[in-house]
Amino acid sequence: MDKIVALGIDVGSTTVKMVGVNASGDFEWNYLEGSDPRVEDQVDSFLQRFRTETGMTDSVPLVATGYGRKLVGQAEKIVTEITCHAKGVFKQLGHGGTLIDIGGQDSKVIIIGEEGQVVDFAMNDKCAAGTGRFLENTAGRLRVPLDQMGEVAIAARDEVAISSTCTVFAESEIISLIAHGVKVEPILKGLHRSLIIRVVAMVRSIGLIPPLMLSGGVVKNPAIRKMIEEESGEPVILPEQPQLMGAYGAALIAQKIAVG
Amino acid sequence: MSIRAKAESLWNVDILGKNVLAFQRWQAERRPFKSSKWRTDILAEPLRIGARTKELIGLHYLEGRYANGHRPVAWVTSGGPVEILQALGYYVLYPENHGALCGTRRAVVDISTEAENAGYSRDICSYARTDIGSMLSGKTPVGKLPKPDLLLACTNICQTVLSWYRVLAKHFNVPLILIDTPFVYKEAPQHALDYVQKQLEDSIPTSEKVAGKKLEYKKLQQTLQLSKDATELWLEIMGRGKHRPSPISVFDQFIHMAPIVEMRGERVTVDFYARMLKELDERIEKGIGAVKNERKRLLWDNLPIWYRLRYFAEYLGERGISVVASTYTNAWGELAPLIDVNKPLESMAKTYIYPILNRGTQYKLDTMRRMIDEFHLDGAILHSDRSCKPYSIGQVDQRNRLIKEYGVQALLLEADHDDPRAFAEEQVAARLAAFVEMLED
Repeated sequence: MDKIVALGIDVGSTTVKMVGVNASGDFEWNYLEGSDPRVEDQVDSFLQRFRTETGMTDSVPLVATGYGRKLVGQAEKIVTEITCHAKGVFKQLGHGGTLIDIGGQDSKVIIIGEEGQVVDFAMNDKCAAGTGRFLENTAGRLRVPLDQMGEVAIAARDEVAISSTCTVFAESEIISLIAHGVKVEPILKGLHRSLIIRVVAMVRSIGLIPPLMLSGGVVKNPAIRKMIEEESGEPVILPEQPQLMGAYGAALIAQKIAVG
Repeated sequence: MSIRAKAESLWNVDILGKNVLAFQRWQAERRPFKSSKWRTDILAEPLRIGARTKELIGLHYLEGRYANGHRPVAWVTSGGPVEILQALGYYVLYPENHGALCGTRRAVVDISTEAENAGYSRDICSYARTDIGSMLSGKTPVGKLPKPDLLLACTNICQTVLSWYRVLAKHFNVPLILIDTPFVYKEAPQHALDYVQKQLEDSIPTSEKVAGKKLEYKKLQQTLQLSKDATELWLEIMGRGKHRPSPISVFDQFIHMAPIVEMRGERVTVDFYARMLKELDERIEKGIGAVKNERKRLLWDNLPIWYRLRYFAEYLGERGISVVASTYTNAWGELAPLIDVNKPLESMAKTYIYPILNRGTQYKLDTMRRMIDEFHLDGAILHSDRSCKPYSIGQVDQRNRLIKEYGVQALLLEADHDDPRAFAEEQVAARLAAFVEMLED
């Protein structure tokens, strides 16, 4: 392992991620766990783990992003997820394009320029529709574990249309469908479709510049990528660790601070 | 006319109120500026004219409070052709302006709930809800609003006013004058201008009857001249934003635009803006910018978010961003050249058919582009206002075209001009932060 010169932390609504990079900005170390409401304590424990696992004792610059970024008192700088995801994905994939980041609390479409700069962005409306939480909430009602949802949806032969984009109303709609004897699998597929249609509409609203890329924790769900490709008609490229792209981008900004 | 009402007004407004307000202003002007809330580390001290704005608006609402019984009172829409009423001696109240005032005082939720409880949907414009709520409950942060003797609604700002003013007319049981201004796609055809002029002519007998006096042609001309003078001064004031650093931000404009909206056609308004212009020129001479470390310059589209003016001014100011031009404040200045005192009604028809909200979306895009060039702007914030559909329609395209065809950064921000329940704090902050990073990158 090369010497780690900078750290990035992404304090998301669902998980906290930390990434360490070397002087060239290469990915060297990472750690991820569920979000704790005591952000500063959690960041301390992350830093402790970093020192233990890498044996590093020098302090290195830390840049924070994600919803809880303002609470990271240890950070030298705080930067939005938009900029961080763009930087992380650009460094890893080496090109611009349209990046979709579906997170637990919101989803974003980011147009990345040829030099890795953010050219434009769009975010989901002021509600949970179009976010990971939409699936999480509604799938809870169907008693399907989160990590199996995507596979179940892909395997489903039939699909029912879920017309409500509102998370709460969609839940009512599911209750009604269940009451009408509709099976779990087609409902789940319909839920994914509803989410993806919304996300792809957001892409179209600012204009798709290929290639289409994907990051964020929800990408672990295989149905997401497949359906985005179906709905947009574009192949989707994934970075190696999509969930860590925010923290990686933050670490790259910290690396700039470290090397000056 | 009631002698008692006249005497009360004389005592409370002309003798007590006027002098107390003038004294308060005099004191404020002499006191060195000190405020624990105002961020003088990032923003220039507030404009000195602020003391006069407070005096003027305070007096305006105080006059209103004691107007009933001795002076005819009209409630009008913000784009209403007010000069005929002014010339007839009406006290003119602008419910939208009162709504904005309620917004800055954070009184909207309480007052609007009164309207919602009476069955008015939250999808209705928050100005209308605030006004109707105030009408039903009597709640207002200014003490008391006078009851109207006459209502004047002009459709040049939106169609909501058609229903809103009918509600008022029914409640107060007073005549309603409706001025219908056909939508202008490019140029207003002559028949549309004639149609508006005819309605203005037709409005005179009703206005005279309620006022109990005849309209003097000369007085109308004088009022129009004062309207034109004040509007021209306002246009010049906004033009000062072209200087680097800009001596005035749109957040200052939002506060100091009150007289041009609700006191057009009055002598004091002209004097007020002449004084304000002088202060801005002093600032330019001394190199004082509204934002201390002005690095980037932006445009604001649509109505202000009245309950968050300080938030935006500080958030952007802290990052060296000055918002120096707005299509909204511009709307109260850009029509000045159309006013012709020698052709009062003909020129009024033209002036009141051409507001930005009564024109095609292309016109707004052109206006924004012109401002970007003239004011040397780096980007634009387009407030997508839940309450103001005519202003917000087309913004998605306008934003995209500003970015793609004009190469500036542009942000669409969803909120509401008056109702804080439609303002999602975290979402707005997230968008704003990312936008600022884009500007800085």
